[in-house]
Amino acid sequence: MPAINLRVNGRAQTVDVDQTTPLLYVLADELTLNGPKFGCGLGQCGACTVIMNGQAIRSCMTPVSAAAGADVTTLDGLGTVEQPHPIQRAFIEEQAAQCGFCLSGVVMTAKALVDRTPNPTDAQIQQAMSGVLCRCFAHARMIRAIKRYVREKNA
Amino acid sequence: MSQISRRELLKGSGALIVTFGLAPAESFAQAVATLVGNPSKEVDGWLAIAADGSVTAYTGKCELGQGLYTAQTQLVAEELCVPIERVKLIQCQTSVTPDQGVTSGAQSHPQNFNHMNLALAAATGREALLQMAARHLGAPVEQLTVRDGVVSHQARKVAYGELIGGRKFNLPLSGTAKRRHPRDWTVLGTPVKRLDMPAMATGHLEYAHNVRVPGMAHGRVVRPPTVGATLVAVDEASVRDIPGFLRVVVKNNFVGVVCEKQWQAVQAASRLKATWKPGPGLPAQATFHDYMRTRPSRDTLLVDSKDIEAKLASAATVVRATYLHPYHMHASIGASCAVADVKKDGATIWSPTQGVYPQRDSCAMLLGMPRESVKVNFARGSGCYGINGADTVSYDAALLSQAVGRPVRVQLTRKDEMAWENFGLAFVIDQRVGLDRDGNILAWDYEAWSPVRGGRPGYNQPGNQVTGFLAGFEPAAFAPRSPAPAPSGVLANGQNVVPSYVTGCIGTACSGTGTVKSERMLSRSVESPFWTGPLRSPARLQNTFAHECLMDEVAAAAKADPVEYRLRHLRDPRLMAVVRAAAKAANWEPRTRTQNPEPRTQDAVRSGRGIACVLYEGDNGYCSMVAEVDVNIATGVVTVKRLVMALDVGPISNPDGVRNQAEGGALHGMSRALFEEVTWDAEKVTSVDWRTYRTLPVGSNIPQLETVLINTMDAEANGAGETSITVTAAAIGNAIFDACGARLRQVPFTPERVKAALK
Repeated sequence: MPAINLRVNGRAQTVDVDQTTPLLYVLADELTLNGPKFGCGLGQCGACTVIMNGQAIRSCMTPVSAAAGADVTTLDGLGTVEQPHPIQRAFIEEQAAQCGFCLSGVVMTAKALVDRTPNPTDAQIQQAMSGVLCRCFAHARMIRAIKRYVREKNA
Repeated sequence: MSQISRRELLKGSGALIVTFGLAPAESFAQAVATLVGNPSKEVDGWLAIAADGSVTAYTGKCELGQGLYTAQTQLVAEELCVPIERVKLIQCQTSVTPDQGVTSGAQSHPQNFNHMNLALAAATGREALLQMAARHLGAPVEQLTVRDGVVSHQARKVAYGELIGGRKFNLPLSGTAKRRHPRDWTVLGTPVKRLDMPAMATGHLEYAHNVRVPGMAHGRVVRPPTVGATLVAVDEASVRDIPGFLRVVVKNNFVGVVCEKQWQAVQAASRLKATWKPGPGLPAQATFHDYMRTRPSRDTLLVDSKDIEAKLASAATVVRATYLHPYHMHASIGASCAVADVKKDGATIWSPTQGVYPQRDSCAMLLGMPRESVKVNFARGSGCYGINGADTVSYDAALLSQAVGRPVRVQLTRKDEMAWENFGLAFVIDQRVGLDRDGNILAWDYEAWSPVRGGRPGYNQPGNQVTGFLAGFEPAAFAPRSPAPAPSGVLANGQNVVPSYVTGCIGTACSGTGTVKSERMLSRSVESPFWTGPLRSPARLQNTFAHECLMDEVAAAAKADPVEYRLRHLRDPRLMAVVRAAAKAANWEPRTRTQNPEPRTQDAVRSGRGIACVLYEGDNGYCSMVAEVDVNIATGVVTVKRLVMALDVGPISNPDGVRNQAEGGALHGMSRALFEEVTWDAEKVTSVDWRTYRTLPVGSNIPQLETVLINTMDAEANGAGETSITVTAAAIGNAIFDACGARLRQVPFTPERVKAALK
C-alpha cells in the first residue's frame, strides 16, 4: 500500500498505514498528537474534531486516504501552553471546561465557524455547536468563551 | 450491633459495623472503607520540602475534571504559607501517594480540607517548621511571622529550605495542629484559575487515552451479544489473516483481541466469530417498575416513629403519589481507555480509575498476582461522574497484556462503554403525606424499591464490574432481608432516603432537618438485571426528586406557597437560608394557587417556576434551586429558561470552581430530567450510542444560570459537585406544574409524558 502524504499542524507528514484507517488513529497513534480524542467513533460527539481544509470534520469517521494531500489542524496545533491561540485563551479566561476531554469538538468546531463567519449570531453559534457534546455540561461557559473570542478577534 | 453515623465513619472512628441504606451491612462497610482508604498518619506521607523550598505534596484524591488538582494545590500553599507556584501536587500513584480509597461521593473536601489528611499534614508541617525556625532564630514561635516559605523574627529570616530541605519530618499528623482560618486565607478561598486549563485548552494534557508505552500493542474487547450470554466457542481462524494480528484472548466469558495497531484490533474485534449461549432474557422495560415490587428484597428501615398508620388515619387530608425514575448512565464523553504492562513478576497499569489502591488490589486478584507486584498510576480520563468504564477497561488491558506479554492499550467502543457500565439506579417510590386541618404536615411515609448488582469493585470484588465477572469473579452477593430490622443508633441519611421535612429521630436522637415527627422510611433493594453503581448523586437525586415534587404537591393541596410551606416545616437554619437565598435571587413571588388557573388551550406556551432543596447526604452540602420553564402546551416540549441556585458548602476553597460545578451539575441534572433514560429489549441494552441515549448538546437552549454562594467559614468543608444536580429534576418538575398544572411523576419529562399529564 502506498504511503499517504498529509500536512498536519503545518508540517508535512508521510504515513504508511492501511488506507481505511480512520484519520484519528493516525493522528493519535502514528503522529502522537493528544488533541483529538476518541469519544464515540461514530461521528456523534465531536471529541475527535479537526479542521481539514477549513472544515471541521470528525476524524474518527474520516479514512486517512480522504486526508491525502490535505491540510489538517488539531487542537494541539493551534497554540501552546505558553502561547495559546486566541480561541484557546478565551476558553482559559472563561474557565470553560471541566474534564476537558471534549475540547477538540468544542474549540475546533467553533474556530471553523468563526473562520467562515467572523461575526456569528447566537443562533449560528448554537446551530454550529448542536452536534457537539460535553458531559460535564460546561456549556454556558463554552458559549461565553466562543463569544469572547469573537469579540476580541473583531476588536 | 452498634450503629454509628456515616459521618463518624468517614471521620475515621475505626469501627465498620453499620446497617445502612440499600446496601447489605458488610458491603456498606466496604464501601465506606473504599471511600476513606487507609491514608498515612505521617507528615512525610503527604509532604516533602526540597532544599530550594519547593514543596511536593501527595494526595490520594484525583482530578476527575472537578478542579481538585487546583483546589488541593491551593490548600497546601495556604497551610504552608508558600506561593502556589512552589507546590507540586502528585495525585494517585500507588508507589508514592497515600491510600485514600476512591475519589467519589463528594468526599474529597470533607476528607482532605477539614481537620485530617492533606490539610492536617500541611498544618502539622507548618507548625513543625515554625518550631524549627524558633530554635534557629532563637525567638519564641508566637513572635514569628511566615510568608512565602520564609520565617521572620524582626530583621532575621530563615527559609523552609534551610530548615528542612530534603530531610524528612519524621512526625505524625498532629490532632492539635491549627488550621489557618478561612478569614486569613490568601490562596485558598480565592478563584485561582485551573492550573491544568492551559494544557487542556491547547490539547497538550496527557490523558489515559494518550499514554504510549514502548512496545505497546492495541486491544479491543468482544463483549457478549446479550445480557447473561455465555461463551461457547471462539474461532481464532476468523481473524488470523488480519495484518498485525497477535492473539485472541479468552478467559471464561471474557474475550479480547490484540493487534499491533488500533485499526487492526478494531477489525479483529468486529470480525471475530464467537458463539454464545443466550442469556436468560430481561424483564420488560414497560413494566419494570412494577416488576421490582414483586422481587425478593433487602429491606432497610431508616426511621420509624411507629405511629405512621394511626397519624395518616387521623389526617384531614392524605396526599399520596408514586414517583418513577429510570436507570441512567454515566455516559462519559470519552469511551474509557487504559494501558497495562503486565510482566511475570510485576504489572504497571495506567488507569483513569477513581481509586488507584482499590484498582491495584482488585486487579491483582484478577491477574493472580500479589498486590505488592502491581503498580497503578492514575492517568486523566474523561469526566466519570461515578463508576464509568474506567476500572473495567483497566482490567481489560491487564488481562490482555498478561496474555500477550506486552504492554497493551485498550480503547472501549461507545457501545462497550454504554451497554455494560454500572448504571445509576432506577427507582419506584411510594409516598403518603398526611395533613392536619390547618394544612400542616402530620406524617410522612416513604417506601421505595431500587435494583442493585455489583458496584464499585473496592479492594476485593473485581466481579462487581463486567470484566471481572466475565473473567470468572462473582459480584457482591445479594442477600434478601425482610422485614427490615428496627432502626438503631443515629440516622445516617447518606442516600437522602429521609426527606428534609421530618425530624429523623431514632429513639431520642433526632438528626433530621425538619419538624414532622411521624415518619417511616423503608428502602427495599432488589436484584438488578444490569450492573449498577454510583452515578453522580446516587439515589440522593432520585429520592430528592420524589420528596421535593411531593412536597410541592402537598403545598398545593394545602393552598400554601411552596417556599413558605417548606420553611414552615424545616428547622435546620442553613437549609432554610439556602431556600431563602435562592428564592430571593430569583425574585420569587409567593403564590398559593394549585395550578395555573387560566385555560391551557389558549396559549401555546405557558411559563412557571418551581423550587426544591436538599441537605446533600444528610450532612454534606446545602443547596436550593429555583427553575423557570416554558411549556409548549401543543407539543409538550419543556424549555428551561433559568436556574437559580444557592449553595452553602462550608468554607469555599475556590469560588469559581464551585460555580463551575454548580452550573455543570444543574445542566447535567436538566439533561437527566428531560432526556436521559437507559432502554433495553428482551435480551440486551439498546442505549448504545448518542442517538439511543440522548444528552443536552453544547448548542442548545441553555438556561440562564445564576449561583449564589453562602460562604460559611466556621463550618466544615463539604462537597459541592453533587449538590445542584440533586435538586434539578424536582425544581423543573415543580416549575412545569406551576406553568400548566401537569404533574410529572416520571423522569425523563418527555413531551409525550408532559402531554399525557396535561390531560
